[in-house]
Amino acid sequence: MSVTPAPRDAAQLRSRAEALAETFPPLLAGAQHLAQSVLLGSHGRRRPGQGDEFWQYRPVMTGDESRSIDWRRSGRSDAHFVRQKEWQAAQSVMLWVDLSRSMAFASNRNVPEKRHRACELALALAILLNHGGERVGLSDHDLPPRTGQLQLLRIAQALGAYGTEEYGAPNAREMPARSRAVFVSDYLGDIAALRDALTAAADRGVSGIVLQVLDPQEEAFPFDGRTIFESMGGAVRHETLKAGDLRSRYLDRLAARKAELADLARRTGWQYHVHHTDTAATQALLWCYSALERDH
Amino acid sequence: MLVLGPLGFTAPWLLLGLIALPILWIILRAVPPAPIRRRFPGVALLLGLRDDEAQSDRTPWWLLLLRCLALAAAILAFAGPVLNPDAREPGTGPLLVLMDGGWADARDWPRRLDRAEEALAEAARDDRTAAVVTLTDPPGDGLPFRAAGDWIAQLPGLTPQAWLPEGAAEWADARDGEFDTIWLSDGLDHPWRDDVLAALETHGTVRVFQSPRPIRGLRPAAFEDGAIALEAIRDRDDGLADLTITAHGLDPNGVDRELARQDIAFEDGATEAPLALSLPPELRNRITRFEIEGMRSAAAVSLTDDALRRREVALIAGRDDREGLELLSSTHYLEQALAPVADLIDGSLSDVLLANPDVIVLADVATLPAGQAEAVRDWVETGGLLLRFAGPRVAASDVAQGQDDPLMPVRLRAGGRSIGGAMSWGEPKTLRTFTETSPFYGLPVPLDVSVSAQVMAEPDPALADRTIASLADGTPLVTRERVGQGQVVLFHVTANAEWSNLPLSGLFVSMLERLAVSTRPARPTAEELAGTTWTVDSVLDAFGRIDEAGTFPGVPGEVLAEAVPSAETPPGLYAGEDRRVALNVIGPETILAPAIWPDRIPVEGFAVAAERDLKGWLLSLAVVLLAIDILASLLIAGRLRGARAVATLLALALLLPVTEARAQDGATGASTPEEEAFALASTMDVVLAHVLTGDAEVDRVAEAGLRGLSQTLFARTSVEPTDPIGVDLETDELAFFPFLYWPVTPDQPTPSDAAYARLDTYLRSGGMILFDTRDADVTSYGGASPAGVRLQELAAPLDIPPLERLPEDHVLTRAFYLTQDFPGRYNSRDVWVEAAPADAQAMEGMPFRNLNDNVTPVVIGGNDWAAAWAVDEAGGRMFPIGRGYAGERQREIALRFGVNLVMHVLTGNYKSDQVHVPALLDRLGQ
Repeated sequence: MSVTPAPRDAAQLRSRAEALAETFPPLLAGAQHLAQSVLLGSHGRRRPGQGDEFWQYRPVMTGDESRSIDWRRSGRSDAHFVRQKEWQAAQSVMLWVDLSRSMAFASNRNVPEKRHRACELALALAILLNHGGERVGLSDHDLPPRTGQLQLLRIAQALGAYGTEEYGAPNAREMPARSRAVFVSDYLGDIAALRDALTAAADRGVSGIVLQVLDPQEEAFPFDGRTIFESMGGAVRHETLKAGDLRSRYLDRLAARKAELADLARRTGWQYHVHHTDTAATQALLWCYSALERDH
Repeated sequence: MLVLGPLGFTAPWLLLGLIALPILWIILRAVPPAPIRRRFPGVALLLGLRDDEAQSDRTPWWLLLLRCLALAAAILAFAGPVLNPDAREPGTGPLLVLMDGGWADARDWPRRLDRAEEALAEAARDDRTAAVVTLTDPPGDGLPFRAAGDWIAQLPGLTPQAWLPEGAAEWADARDGEFDTIWLSDGLDHPWRDDVLAALETHGTVRVFQSPRPIRGLRPAAFEDGAIALEAIRDRDDGLADLTITAHGLDPNGVDRELARQDIAFEDGATEAPLALSLPPELRNRITRFEIEGMRSAAAVSLTDDALRRREVALIAGRDDREGLELLSSTHYLEQALAPVADLIDGSLSDVLLANPDVIVLADVATLPAGQAEAVRDWVETGGLLLRFAGPRVAASDVAQGQDDPLMPVRLRAGGRSIGGAMSWGEPKTLRTFTETSPFYGLPVPLDVSVSAQVMAEPDPALADRTIASLADGTPLVTRERVGQGQVVLFHVTANAEWSNLPLSGLFVSMLERLAVSTRPARPTAEELAGTTWTVDSVLDAFGRIDEAGTFPGVPGEVLAEAVPSAETPPGLYAGEDRRVALNVIGPETILAPAIWPDRIPVEGFAVAAERDLKGWLLSLAVVLLAIDILASLLIAGRLRGARAVATLLALALLLPVTEARAQDGATGASTPEEEAFALASTMDVVLAHVLTGDAEVDRVAEAGLRGLSQTLFARTSVEPTDPIGVDLETDELAFFPFLYWPVTPDQPTPSDAAYARLDTYLRSGGMILFDTRDADVTSYGGASPAGVRLQELAAPLDIPPLERLPEDHVLTRAFYLTQDFPGRYNSRDVWVEAAPADAQAMEGMPFRNLNDNVTPVVIGGNDWAAAWAVDEAGGRMFPIGRGYAGERQREIALRFGVNLVMHVLTGNYKSDQVHVPALLDRLGQ
């Protein structure tokens, strides 16, 4: 018999629940709103298979069960036809969202934090996929791919808890073979972990999306004068006397990082996309959704 | 105190602090600006990047310069800088403060006293004795050198005199001793100036102060060609200057007031500015003085004397003894014309001559006795004006016939002529316009002045020159000959209305005035005044004020005639037995010339450069520089961005002195709330409008009529008007309305010019007015009904194109309904619209012509449409139309006409374009 956990302080429980409710219903609502704008209707496989929707009639071939012959269609002609349905088999999609401190950055009040945008995108994608009948999971949070509203709620809840490390890194351990994956991060830290994860994923037949979310300030580097740059947690710092001089070199490095990511994705059969928080989320969501649909 | 140019320093040792500036420069240069801490996730990408080792850690040079300037300003400020420091000149020995003390000093006398006081105070500081002397009132012997402080107390008691110094050279020569001189000169060139200067320089140094302001004066007024000639003069001839001359005198209540004013301008390069002032005699006789406005100087005041007074006119009539009606008297009209403006003298010619009048008028006097003729001739030669009128007696006599008569300007032909009479050909002659050489030039010639009889001048080479007025056929009407200083003038008609109606006209008075004012008494000569004694009536002081004269001794006439203003003969008005003579500061010949000083004499202005402490200014400068430094530092550090920059700048702007910024009041272009409400009501929907006539009943019917038409339009067409609006042409904007219904009433007020301008704009920009005279039952259009006449008057100022009767193919006949009748309450076909262009032609096979493209701006008729359209509040028809069914049919047609009208206004020539339908169909291949 296991030890019954000590009853938690009711007030603490409640406050935590409320804090949770404060963050994720808006997130869920926003994601749902976002998903609504992209929803294309029921998400089929565009190939015959298991499903409810009619796909096509085809002439009977050897091996077809006699009970699979569609007598209505066959009665109208001399040949026999089989009625096929569209394949609507569900797939597993693992989401990974970087919740590290680095993602908690927003250059001004008019743009959202990167992780907020990332969570919104991930959740919206989850809603869309759920609507399309796919199974969605969230890695790093012990949420294997499942379907249903409950799973969405769980994902939303998990996305509300932010991490404390400076830069995040994905892992490929929890991914079911031949499933799909979506990685959302800014990829500004060390990308060795990402490289490992992608390589491992490719080995297991997992393909997916590398979505890089960047703040406009990270693209522009509009600084000047003597500056001490600190990471969001303060662990990494860099001092310069003339920030303006660093701009071109910083931009070079950023471009190199992007090129590296694109190259990595290409080699592993993934798809890479950069999203800026000052642009509309719908755009990125549409890209992700179509990218998932494109690649089978 | 350390003095550098105009700058002095009270604490010059502090200036050594400036040496520290270069050190500060070096120190400041080494200190880099403070860093900013910035959260930035991209820092991971920055790791390992190194700065280019450059000047980036140093403060930029301009910021350094700014800070050094701020510090320098502070150091300079604390060193006590003073602008124009009072650096006293050392002086020893007695000081003579010399002033001219004439009228030319008066204009800036207080400033002279200030300068003198300053000089005296300076002398007092240096323990010098001083003397203050005015050359117009010099001390008799020696110089009253006393403690300078004593003189300061006496300065306010000094006043300038209204004349210029005399004998100054002799006075200066008689001085002895050693003394320095400060000469406060009046700036005019005096003949004794150089002598006095030379004499003073033998005693010590001479410094001259003189005002740079120009000196102006006014010469005495004189009569020239019927106007008062004035002349302003000045001492320098450079630059333009505008003055205002005012004439002062007693009004009928005996109160001194300004009677006239006129501007006068000095041309560049001219020292004289002439002015001709034309005033009515009544006003002219009242003038006592002229002034240059705004100048406090005796030179700016010119007193007038008898020179501007009424003149004496003697009337001698040839037929005085005749018993007759007053109106037929030869001199009646002359008396009437001259009595208000001249003193008339009665009496026989010999008596009159003794009175030496200005003018002698001989009305129809043919010959004079031999002795008197000589006397008259002498009188004329000394400046008299002999004015003769013709008449039956002159015509009948042989005076001036065949030979020259010295008292006739021309030779005459026997008998004269009569024109326009019962026994003669031709019409009475009118006057020809006066030529430029005539003294009457410029007088308007009334057309109704005609001459029916005259004496004729014998043709003569000199006749043209002597003719100063002639009839339309060229025969002389008035001739003139100059004799000595005087002249003889002959009117070739009678002085009464017997031969012409000229004496009845206003022209006659004007002609007399032009002639009679030509001779004025000049300034009296010494001989003329010999033996007389004149008393001073009122005196002019140096500031141009006129005071009652005190007890002045009498002035002999010969002295007065030659007098220039002096202590004995102060400027003012002198009274003799029967006339008054003005003695002015500026005579007719006076010339103002600026004083010219030798180069060795320093001439300074009166401007006393006051000390000015610059400490506050420099400290403010330092603070401002530091404030700029704050901004610049923020900018360097990259912290000056966006909202913070704006906030900082705003805070700084608040520190700066706020200039008064006045919000523009919306006087122009803004509309009142009422106007806006009106505009809104007029434009929210289509609104039919009618012109308010001022007749309540007409306005009510018009309003009801348009309401009925609006309802019809609403029910039958897609035009859905709201309630009609009455428009006041004077106040309301018309541009909102496509259509104006204007019922014409006979007693309608005429709109103002502004309203007409608005109406014209309205018509030009596509509006339409339906004029309704509402009288088609009694008259056809063009008939002289009161409303029709009124309509013509009302519409005359409007820009209305040529009209024609509404043609059968006009677009109004088919804009909505097909109709050929346009009835209202009455059914007249007399409806007028803008005429079609002359070249409008019907196309082949088409029922209508290609007509004008525009909406006709006016529709004019008298069918009282409003009455036919009118509905009352309950929706019932207000007026019966015709009888029975025919009447209702007429009302229906009237409504259809209204609908057509509004459709025409709103859609223009849309229906007219149907002429193109066959061509369009053809093109579509149907």
